[in-house]
Amino acid sequence: MMQFAVDVGWGTILAIKTVVVLAIIPLGAIILGYTFLLKMMAHMQSRLGPMDPGGFHGWFQLFGDGIKFIQKEDVMPAQSDRRIFAMAPAVVVISTFLVFLVIPAGPDLVVSNLDVGVFYALAVSSLAVVGVLMAGWASANKFALLGALRAGAQLIAYELPLLLAVVGVVVMAGTMSLQGIVEAQQNGSIFGWDGIGNPFIFGQIIGFVLFLVAAQAELTQTPFDMPVAESELVAGYMVEYTGFRFLFFFIGEFGTAFAFAGLAATLFLGGWAIPHVTDPGWSNVLGPIVLLTKVMLVAFLMFWVRFTYPRLREDQLQAVAWKFLIPIGLANILITGALKVAF
Amino acid sequence: MSVDFAVDRQAWRHLADAQVNVELDTGDMILNLGPQHPATHGTLRLVVRLDGERVISADPVIGYMHRGYEKLTEFRTYPQITTLINRIDWLSSFANEVPFLRGAELLMDIEAPPRAQYIRTILTELSRIATFMLFLGEMGLQVGALTPPFYGFRDREHVLNLIEAATGGRFHPNFNRIGGLKDDLPWGWINECRSGMKVVLDACNTLEELVAENEIFEARTRSIGIIPPDVGAGYGVSGSNLRASGVDWDLRRDGKPYLVYPELDFKVWTHPDGDSYARYWVRLQETREAARMVIQMLDRIPSGPIMAKVPRIIKVPEGEVFVETENPLGQMAYYVISKGATGPFRVKIRSASFSNVSILPWLLRGVYVPDVITILGSLYFILGDIDR
Amino acid sequence: MPKLPKPKAPGLIGGLGVTFKTMLKGAVTVQYPHEREDPPTRARGVIALKEENCTVCMLCARQCPDWCIYIEGHKEKRPPRREGGRERTVSLLDRFDIDYALCMYCGICVEVCPFDALFWSPEYEYSEANIADLLHDKEKLGEWMETVPEPEPLEVGAETGKK
Repeated sequence: MMQFAVDVGWGTILAIKTVVVLAIIPLGAIILGYTFLLKMMAHMQSRLGPMDPGGFHGWFQLFGDGIKFIQKEDVMPAQSDRRIFAMAPAVVVISTFLVFLVIPAGPDLVVSNLDVGVFYALAVSSLAVVGVLMAGWASANKFALLGALRAGAQLIAYELPLLLAVVGVVVMAGTMSLQGIVEAQQNGSIFGWDGIGNPFIFGQIIGFVLFLVAAQAELTQTPFDMPVAESELVAGYMVEYTGFRFLFFFIGEFGTAFAFAGLAATLFLGGWAIPHVTDPGWSNVLGPIVLLTKVMLVAFLMFWVRFTYPRLREDQLQAVAWKFLIPIGLANILITGALKVAF
Repeated sequence: MSVDFAVDRQAWRHLADAQVNVELDTGDMILNLGPQHPATHGTLRLVVRLDGERVISADPVIGYMHRGYEKLTEFRTYPQITTLINRIDWLSSFANEVPFLRGAELLMDIEAPPRAQYIRTILTELSRIATFMLFLGEMGLQVGALTPPFYGFRDREHVLNLIEAATGGRFHPNFNRIGGLKDDLPWGWINECRSGMKVVLDACNTLEELVAENEIFEARTRSIGIIPPDVGAGYGVSGSNLRASGVDWDLRRDGKPYLVYPELDFKVWTHPDGDSYARYWVRLQETREAARMVIQMLDRIPSGPIMAKVPRIIKVPEGEVFVETENPLGQMAYYVISKGATGPFRVKIRSASFSNVSILPWLLRGVYVPDVITILGSLYFILGDIDR
Repeated sequence: MPKLPKPKAPGLIGGLGVTFKTMLKGAVTVQYPHEREDPPTRARGVIALKEENCTVCMLCARQCPDWCIYIEGHKEKRPPRREGGRERTVSLLDRFDIDYALCMYCGICVEVCPFDALFWSPEYEYSEANIADLLHDKEKLGEWMETVPEPEPLEVGAETGKK
């Protein structure tokens, strides 16, 4: 299967891939953080954002922030549950890492091409809620506790619409493997015209919107950012975290955003595939670039909403999930299934 | 460690319970909002008893920023007091000066010349705009939107620049003098003010589109924190907060005539609902109305002197006077007692925010924690105005 | 019963349009150390002292609402201007300090000064790392005299000819 590394054992390959993914998480977090949090938000608010660090439009700002966080004192509240307090950020980052394992960036550029890739990705992404609950509980802070409980309720409620949104894609592709879904989109055709393959966004536009809304809630971004709600709970479950532990949360937040944007790009926009380019060598080279472009597109949508909208209240959030998203998601599956059988 | 925990816990209980008489049931959680909390605009402290996320009782604890202005005024001369009262409500400093100066002028039987009256009114309305622009943006932040406050700040800048160009101070103009103004307007100011008002009207449209028309914002603010007119009036709530409850009462129109308001043509906006959304909406309309009033006044501003004849050393004759005005935050009143010295004998300051906040224990009962923030934001108080 | 956002939401779309338009419009930020805004002529930035005009009358120090002006002076005999005239007494300034950590920038001292020794300058870049360093003496206050602008003309309709 591996064409360029026949003599290397699969263990070595796996190790290399894991290291690459480990590097991609902070890198992806920095790319999203810089492009959207620092720059796009600034321009949407008539500001410039950081301009000085690094010389060119402040590109070094987040690296500098990272260095600053690492230098800071490791503060733990006196009454905190110290071990759990220390573990919580790691749990969040590990959940992000596990999602990255199945997102393909090329025919061979995937750590593990699981047959149940979609299922696995959504399952491990919800592990983050455990970390959040741990953080909120262990902080011995009322604001953190409230934030963590809100996060728990919210992430569980939005797991379902997320899943329902994806089911339509799985029905259309006929597989749960992410590579399979990408190939189905590459080789598909829209009413016989196969110029750009068949990105599922055309057939699954409702699913795409549902996925983005639910992902927004999973990422605890506005309008669903009650767990961190800075004007109510100061910073929610993160309120007691400083230094590199906070850095972990930050990387987790934006790394997960990157992962979800990657999932959306893979599921709905065709992933790494370039129509009519079937040569695996070229796909391996161009695939990551194509995927990154699509990821930025999806992330732009997510962050655009984040910087524009106010946040809902906790009960309204639940109502949106149960009264609107889930019925719409179910109806979408029904229609997709019916059309699938009809054609 | 367990011993430490017990001791600390006792201490913490004691502190949090200082203001509320809690019985021995411990099922509720007591959350201390403030004095350092992003939603309390400074140092308001709310001791909130929670059952889950529902508020059982809320008790505002004030006084963290008490500066004793009423006492300070007894040891200052009248010109010095103008400086001090600038700092009561620091967002609309100019509007603070007006009632006090008017009180002194009434006691001395001096009337400022018409041009000074006009400039005073213009600057009062400008400070009203500056205050409300901040509110219109900040209210977005209270419900979680990150962008509106920046728009509010960005466009308020034009108004502050106008105030600075005329008075020399962005926040604390100290521009009023007994009998008139310190100085006349600088060259070209009227035209700048006209274009500034266009910016303000545009900004109102932008913020309406971004905040007020947003369905999420409506869902968060409609039927939240309803103040019935009689309860509001009973607690002494005034200004836009009361007008949002449908009470058609504005001291600019209904009070004793002051400045040039009787000559102006303006509408007093009210809203029947009395909820947080109504308060936002009323302030939005009042910002527009104020901009229109400024444009109106710029067209009619008379020429002439800006100072009446005033003795060099100001001694206010014996007497008492009560002056109330419609400030951006509500009714602001001074009760000045003079014994004929260079400074007043006693000044009682009635500031709007203090009364507006006093309704909080009644208003916050039974709402959710996120609504506490919305209600706090929509009542719009300034800590300096509460604590004085 | 709280109202829920309607599924069809023109207001939500409008909000997105506002932020997108703003993003394309460009920023209003002034990148301070690289470029700077000029404050208006009247801006109350810092108080400058024209030492030769000061007669140590103490009016400013007395009128200051928080008493942040410290003045010390002494009297000196000077030879008469004309031959055979009386000896003159001049008041000389030994110390004129303003504590900018206390100053409220109200401008009362500038106004009450009967001999035009104090002026407002729009200069604002005099921050210090240490609060005690904000006590500026008369040499420093004298240096700011250079930044005092000419008084600007008044608006149409103003009565000129008086201060």
